[in-house]
Amino acid sequence: MSPGTSASQAAIEHRRPSREKVIFEYSHRGRGATDQWPSAPPAAAMADLPARLRRSTPPLLPEVSELETVRHFTRLSQLNFSIDTHFYPLGSCTMKYNPKACNQYAMLPEFLARHPHSPDAQGQGFLVCMYELQEMLKEVTGMQAVALSPMAGAHGEFAGVAMIRAYHRARGDLARNEIIVPEAAHGTNPATATMCGCVVREIPVNADGDVDVDALKAAVGPNTAGIMLTNPSTLGVFERRIEEVGRIVHAAGGLLYYDGANLNAILGKVRPGDMGFDVIHMNLHKTFSTPHGGGGPGAGAVGVSARLQPFLPIPVVGKDGERYRLLAEKDLPQSIGRLSGFMGNAGVLLRAYIYMRMLGREGMSQVGEFATLNANYLLARLQQVGFDAAYPRRRASHEFIITAKRQARELGVTAMDFAKRLLDYGFHAPTTYFPLLVPECLLIEPTETESKDVLDAFVTAMAQILNEAAQEPERVTGAPHTMPVRRLDDVRAAKQLDLTWKPTAQS
Amino acid sequence: MSNVPPDLQYTKTHEWVRTLADGIVEVGITDHAQHALGDLVFVEVPEGGRTVAVGDPCAVVESVKAASDVYSPVAGEVTGGNPQLAAEPEVVNSDPYGAGWLMRVRPAQGAALPGLLSAAQYTELLASEE
Amino acid sequence: MAFIPHTPRDVETMLASIGVTSMEQLFDEIPAGLRVKSLQGIPPAMNEMEIGRLMRSRARQDGQLLCFMGAGAYEHHIPSAVWAITTRGEFYSAYTPYQAEASQGTLQLIYEYQTMIASLTGMHVSNASLYDGASAVAEASLMAVRANRKSKSQRILVPTTVNPYYRKVAAAMTCNQGLRFEEVPYAPASGCTALESLAAYEGQDITALVVQQPNFFGQLEDVEALADWARSQGALLIAVVNPTSLAILKPPGEWGEKGADIAVGEGQPLGVPLSSGGPYFGFMAARMEHVRQMPGRIVGRTVDLSGREGFTLTLQAREQHIRRAKATSNICTNQGLLMTAATIYLSLLGPQGLERTAAASHARTRELVAALSRVKGVRPVFEGPYFHEAVLSCDRPVGPLLESLASRGILGGFDLSEHYPELGSALLVCATETKTTADIESYAAALGEAMQSMRAA
Repeated sequence: MSPGTSASQAAIEHRRPSREKVIFEYSHRGRGATDQWPSAPPAAAMADLPARLRRSTPPLLPEVSELETVRHFTRLSQLNFSIDTHFYPLGSCTMKYNPKACNQYAMLPEFLARHPHSPDAQGQGFLVCMYELQEMLKEVTGMQAVALSPMAGAHGEFAGVAMIRAYHRARGDLARNEIIVPEAAHGTNPATATMCGCVVREIPVNADGDVDVDALKAAVGPNTAGIMLTNPSTLGVFERRIEEVGRIVHAAGGLLYYDGANLNAILGKVRPGDMGFDVIHMNLHKTFSTPHGGGGPGAGAVGVSARLQPFLPIPVVGKDGERYRLLAEKDLPQSIGRLSGFMGNAGVLLRAYIYMRMLGREGMSQVGEFATLNANYLLARLQQVGFDAAYPRRRASHEFIITAKRQARELGVTAMDFAKRLLDYGFHAPTTYFPLLVPECLLIEPTETESKDVLDAFVTAMAQILNEAAQEPERVTGAPHTMPVRRLDDVRAAKQLDLTWKPTAQS
Repeated sequence: MSNVPPDLQYTKTHEWVRTLADGIVEVGITDHAQHALGDLVFVEVPEGGRTVAVGDPCAVVESVKAASDVYSPVAGEVTGGNPQLAAEPEVVNSDPYGAGWLMRVRPAQGAALPGLLSAAQYTELLASEE
Repeated sequence: MAFIPHTPRDVETMLASIGVTSMEQLFDEIPAGLRVKSLQGIPPAMNEMEIGRLMRSRARQDGQLLCFMGAGAYEHHIPSAVWAITTRGEFYSAYTPYQAEASQGTLQLIYEYQTMIASLTGMHVSNASLYDGASAVAEASLMAVRANRKSKSQRILVPTTVNPYYRKVAAAMTCNQGLRFEEVPYAPASGCTALESLAAYEGQDITALVVQQPNFFGQLEDVEALADWARSQGALLIAVVNPTSLAILKPPGEWGEKGADIAVGEGQPLGVPLSSGGPYFGFMAARMEHVRQMPGRIVGRTVDLSGREGFTLTLQAREQHIRRAKATSNICTNQGLLMTAATIYLSLLGPQGLERTAAASHARTRELVAALSRVKGVRPVFEGPYFHEAVLSCDRPVGPLLESLASRGILGGFDLSEHYPELGSALLVCATETKTTADIESYAAALGEAMQSMRAA
């Protein structure tokens, strides 16, 4: 039985969940969740505010009851796929289970109530967690020091490249403004280099997914600030010549940046510090299981080797005897500065801390192992049912690439079609069309928290879709059929910009 | 197979170049380029009066999945961008060699059109990129 | 095994399917010398019961002070429904809504959020959030450089009445691209940016002027005059605003003749707990003409193949995953969950509830200023209108005073001496709608005692 295709399109339309109104359409003047409002102060309370600085018309906010609000947003939530509800094999995103305990204990009332400018003395319980988090991150990455304030992966990347620049500058080595990135790199790498005032030089990878060492040798020189690498790479394979890459870049006077997007693959197995990296960012919302939240918050802690330690972004959590405190400008005068109004995404950091304590030493070393086992198993099974691996001669890391190039050519069914049809089968789509290097690619990352049963069900669905692609390709190319909406008109969205709701004349 | 009119010249970066009667050079993107980008949703063209060198990024073409700079094939002064495209970027898709032109450049004194490809050479380039 | 479901039999079957005999073999491409020997620095695992106990004891250790601190983060009432819904797995554990058909909930919610932020700020468009208020000022400055094509100088005027941490972050995040922030002093009597101090810049190439309203001292700037000055100089105006205040203060879109070009701020007051400084979210809104220069994600409404209304990320060609080195920013993950909380918060408060919250906070702060000013040796520093935050000077050093208050269970405010030494011993205080007259009286009493004992010592 294949979902959503047995009946006519009209019948399918009928079965779709009904559209949820935009919240403003529920609004009635004079209605409200009045229990949430403070009592009105006397009008005189605002007499000191001059009229010319006052607002003249109220903002467009909905006037709805508490129940209407709860129902509306609950319904909206039900239109989403999520880890809690669906297998979410999104490559390069590490969609693993977010343990409930991490949320529950990060949201204890005292943690939530603590003002960021509270004195360190009134936050020793919180700060010891942060200090121990730094220590544990140092241990699993093999770096000398860690700072926690960057608020997402890209923010951590910014901190990392800014430290590389500060390091060269402090040595009077002013010409180094080139950042080398492999062509398969995440878009954030070149974008970060630009934000740091650097020039980007892209180098190719070879047919087996390793960096083209000859091209690297030709690219390095007196202008090289550093290289940004993800290892395992975005191609889902381990960079085997990493030590040689490191020697080449270091010999040329550059530094090595580790993009921690794929750290889950090697957690407990290999440490970036041991591979020779000088600076690393970690996506705590990937490897350390803090929630993705529909697009954040993340946390992009950075780790450094000894030579970059003076440049860490502030604040860093320090320890004087038995007291913990936030180190600031006075303690780290060469710091690249502050990247956050306070100390970064503290609540996210607490969740990562709880997760790491729950895994402990043994659990930590199993993460990379079982993530790799799941990926290699899924790859083997998908190959068995007729899919092509992009790098068949390589071991998969925690993720791998299937290329639908053959199916696109022979059946007219693209990687995007497979991705959309998977939604009908109750699986979130893998990452599609990234990396751009591989045509018609599906980047698949199952993570260690999925069971063999789930992986088998996914293989069955993929095999069925492949069968549909051969028998009735329009079922696949017209997918999804069972979701709240069918494929959306992106061109219209970009040309006829409708970015805010506007009241119609009647309402 | 994409359309490559024989009477135009081309660049390796998929611009086409037409020399008008008064010596002014008209520039656009090729049928291959518009097809690869998909439906254009935004086009930004340069204002008249701007001085450009060979290879300067002068215009931007955007679809929902890609964005690309358009480079000047010649040194000179921009006499104007195509005013129609701000409201109707899709014209580049429907008529890339005609109404979908992007900009016009008056070549600087003595400026040659360097290293341009003939239609046959450009067709060959496309075949090799397949 | 923590959160790993595999049985030994599963492992055996899976290894066989792969065609290897051991787990170790899966790592045979990694040079042997690089393999981790042990992770001695990681403590042994704790189960949920044990970690729960540890975390509760650490939370208890920190306790809870009666909070009269603002300075960029504000304690407001948060309705129970806000986090009950926000932490639902369907929001909490979803990814960025790239796969639109499977993310309509998040996408529609962002569209509603954009509508609310655009209206609150009086601007045309909003993005789907940035990291926090401070980084939003950095992004707004970079955006102004891109948007103000007539200006070549990359010089941005920033009054010292703008939150000092925002100024530091903006400098740290933009210095590598050559932006120059030039500080404009405030008038000592009003604590506001004086037009006279801008006169020195007249006729020069200035890319943008940043104005914070209410400013870091809580004082209300003459935003009308500042906005018009920027416009007359060809500089863009970046407004930094407190979202609660916008229920009663003039929105940036209406400042002066033309309004601000970009409005940013810290979204924390809208339903986000103080939580030691994060996660919060930055908001950013702008005039439509600048929309292509905005950083971050933007959602648009469109239709599907059947003509049915739906929501999708749009204008993505600005972003790093497409534009790479030429993107408007490297931002990717933002603060989705906090934006979710804020949207629910704003729905529950509505226009009336938000106005009452703003008015009640302001009234409480006036009450607080009056009560504390009755303490001997304490007086307000600035003249003129302020909103829900004010500066007091004390004739005893603020550092020890705050310590003494903390020992009495009171978080007394923000010590201004590090950032504004010219103010002497000065304290920034704030009361929101969460404070009662009794709270305020107990603060005043504690302050009186603390001053008294410091005098005696």
